[in-house]
Amino acid sequence: MKHTISAIVENKPGVLHRVVGLFSRRGYNIDSLAVGTTEKTEVSRITIVVTGDDLVLEQIIKQLYKQIDVLEVFDLPQNESIERELALIKVKANEKTRNEIAQLAETFNARIVDVAEETVIIEVSLEKEKVENLQKLLEKFGIQELVRTGKIAIQKGGKNNG
Amino acid sequence: MKISGAQALIESLKKEGVEIVFGYPGGTVLPIYDVLYGEKAIKHILPRHEQGSTHAADGYARVTGKVGVCIATSGPGATNTITGIATAFMDSIPMVIITGQVATPLIGRDSFQEADITGITQPITKHNYLVKTAEEIPRVIKEAFYIASTGRPGPVVVDIAKDAQVNKFDFKYPDKVNLPGYKPTLKGDPEQVKAAAKLIAESKKPLIYAGGGVIASGAAAELTEFARKLNTPVTTTLMGLGAFPETDKLALQMLGMHGTAFANYAVQECDLLIAVGARFDDRVTGHLPSFAPKAKHIQIDIDPAEIGKNVRIDVPIVGDVKQTLKELNALIPVKAGRHLAWLKQIEEWKNKFPLSYKKNNFIKPQYVIEMIDEVTKGEAIICTEVGQHQMWAAQFFKFTKPRTWVSSGGLGTMGYGFPASIGAQFGRPDSTVFNIAGDGSIQMNIQELATAVIHKLPIKIVVLNNSFLGMVRQWQELIYEKRYSSTNLCNNPDLVKIAEAYGAKAMRITDQTKVKAALEEAMKITDGPVLLDFSVDKEENVLPFVPPGQALNEMIID
Repeated sequence: MKHTISAIVENKPGVLHRVVGLFSRRGYNIDSLAVGTTEKTEVSRITIVVTGDDLVLEQIIKQLYKQIDVLEVFDLPQNESIERELALIKVKANEKTRNEIAQLAETFNARIVDVAEETVIIEVSLEKEKVENLQKLLEKFGIQELVRTGKIAIQKGGKNNG
Repeated sequence: MKISGAQALIESLKKEGVEIVFGYPGGTVLPIYDVLYGEKAIKHILPRHEQGSTHAADGYARVTGKVGVCIATSGPGATNTITGIATAFMDSIPMVIITGQVATPLIGRDSFQEADITGITQPITKHNYLVKTAEEIPRVIKEAFYIASTGRPGPVVVDIAKDAQVNKFDFKYPDKVNLPGYKPTLKGDPEQVKAAAKLIAESKKPLIYAGGGVIASGAAAELTEFARKLNTPVTTTLMGLGAFPETDKLALQMLGMHGTAFANYAVQECDLLIAVGARFDDRVTGHLPSFAPKAKHIQIDIDPAEIGKNVRIDVPIVGDVKQTLKELNALIPVKAGRHLAWLKQIEEWKNKFPLSYKKNNFIKPQYVIEMIDEVTKGEAIICTEVGQHQMWAAQFFKFTKPRTWVSSGGLGTMGYGFPASIGAQFGRPDSTVFNIAGDGSIQMNIQELATAVIHKLPIKIVVLNNSFLGMVRQWQELIYEKRYSSTNLCNNPDLVKIAEAYGAKAMRITDQTKVKAALEEAMKITDGPVLLDFSVDKEENVLPFVPPGQALNEMIID
């Protein structure tokens, strides 16, 4: 089963190395990883998507807590969190297809952020599955280049973690 | 007053109560060594290899319970400490390893003797630091000692750039640490402690399984009280030797791959296994799904990540072993005649399957260990290397006190014992220190004879010389049809001559009737090390032996 783990860590050099190193040496697979600053300058937030049963998840969380620079770790429940992944998709386009691509983008709440003679770039920020759906639908036009961030997630409502 | 980073480092070490450091100089630690020149409060010992310094600091830490400190230069000096750091990490030994780093403008440029030691040691340290400014030194040293010695102890590397050692600043040592991400849980949850007491009360055949955590938390007395109150047997792991007196009738000695048959049968038969500061290592459990099949499990450990890592636990208690045992002891009512049927069963196993070996015309390695126990009256610190000799030492010496057993349990480091015995002798100058070695292991750090001779350390180096890498040979005999691939050491050098070349005393013993006399003679030597090269029965095996992947009760006994 996939889990989204958020780790609040001290914003210090080497912390990401520690966290990633922990996953590789204990044989946990990282499906995606995103790191960024938070509302507090001294801490960063690492969002990691991992696959594993409850026992594996428990070990991961405990092992993360053992790192001195890791302040807090939580498993984000899927139905109580807002999850997003950002993708930039460069699609082949010409005069004939450009409108169709624009319409498709619109239905996904995606934006066209660059138009060139033979390509357009679409920016989309959605749940992972929807990003993948859009990607599939764009394939027939020809995807020239695609870049996706790892997933980031935040818990809904007043409850905040970290 | 402004002082240099190197001066600040030494001042900080003094504030931490450091009396001795084991180190090897080099380019990037020259400023530190310049401060050490003429330093009175801290003794500096120069082993002959950085691996030697690291193991010596580790041995010192194991016998004293204090933080072991070593120093190495950048690059190869630092990488030579890796085995020592990994050894300490696996066995949860408190150490601070100080390494020099090239000056900050040179970092990341593949400079001479540059190695990314914080990167390299990241998976084998409890924590590590790269210090780039002098101002950070007091805070980092304070934190390093705190992290190394509290919670589950472990090694901490402090890598200090050369310019940070040179630059001057106003030194002030902090009173306390500020580590929001590090708060070890010492007090077990009272509800869990009660739940454990309830399981214990319901149990008919409880078994205490004690590990290195008992030694680390200084809980040997509490463990003994616990066992006596419960009137139930105690088996110890390799790391737990000395946590419970093996002369006690409740002692089952070591369990696991080379544990006693009665300890292993007790594990497989018990209805409650109480793990105290032990981590269900594969060498302890054998085939994991068949381990202690009839038992419920209680586990007391300071490290939450150890709970349920390998075995499902019914009642986990995260907390300091000493404190938790005190609380449990208070909850266990005094009641006479507990567990008599269970103890009777254990007594039968003990009588039927004692630790034993078959005598012949050769010197039996087990006999040498028994004689060491006899001539020292059990009062000695026993260090070992890794292999058959280590297992025989664990089996045939009767350990009665904590911090008298110094052996690489988790990593299984050959070459550990001798330098560790040097650290142990410095830590406990009045104790008799033995290093029990094989002819393979002793050659891995034999250069430390120089250190032992120079400092007149009266270490007794006992080589159980079978001209083989014995433990590997044993596996080849039993599992690989006696195909002795690369395990024959028949071209060994003359160890007596080597020892003498270093200025140590040495004897070769080939006759079993002379074993005891040789050991007695060695005991009289107090002004330096003595190496005793015992030519032992070459193809003797360590038994019992639980073949890898088998259940504990499927052991080969004879």
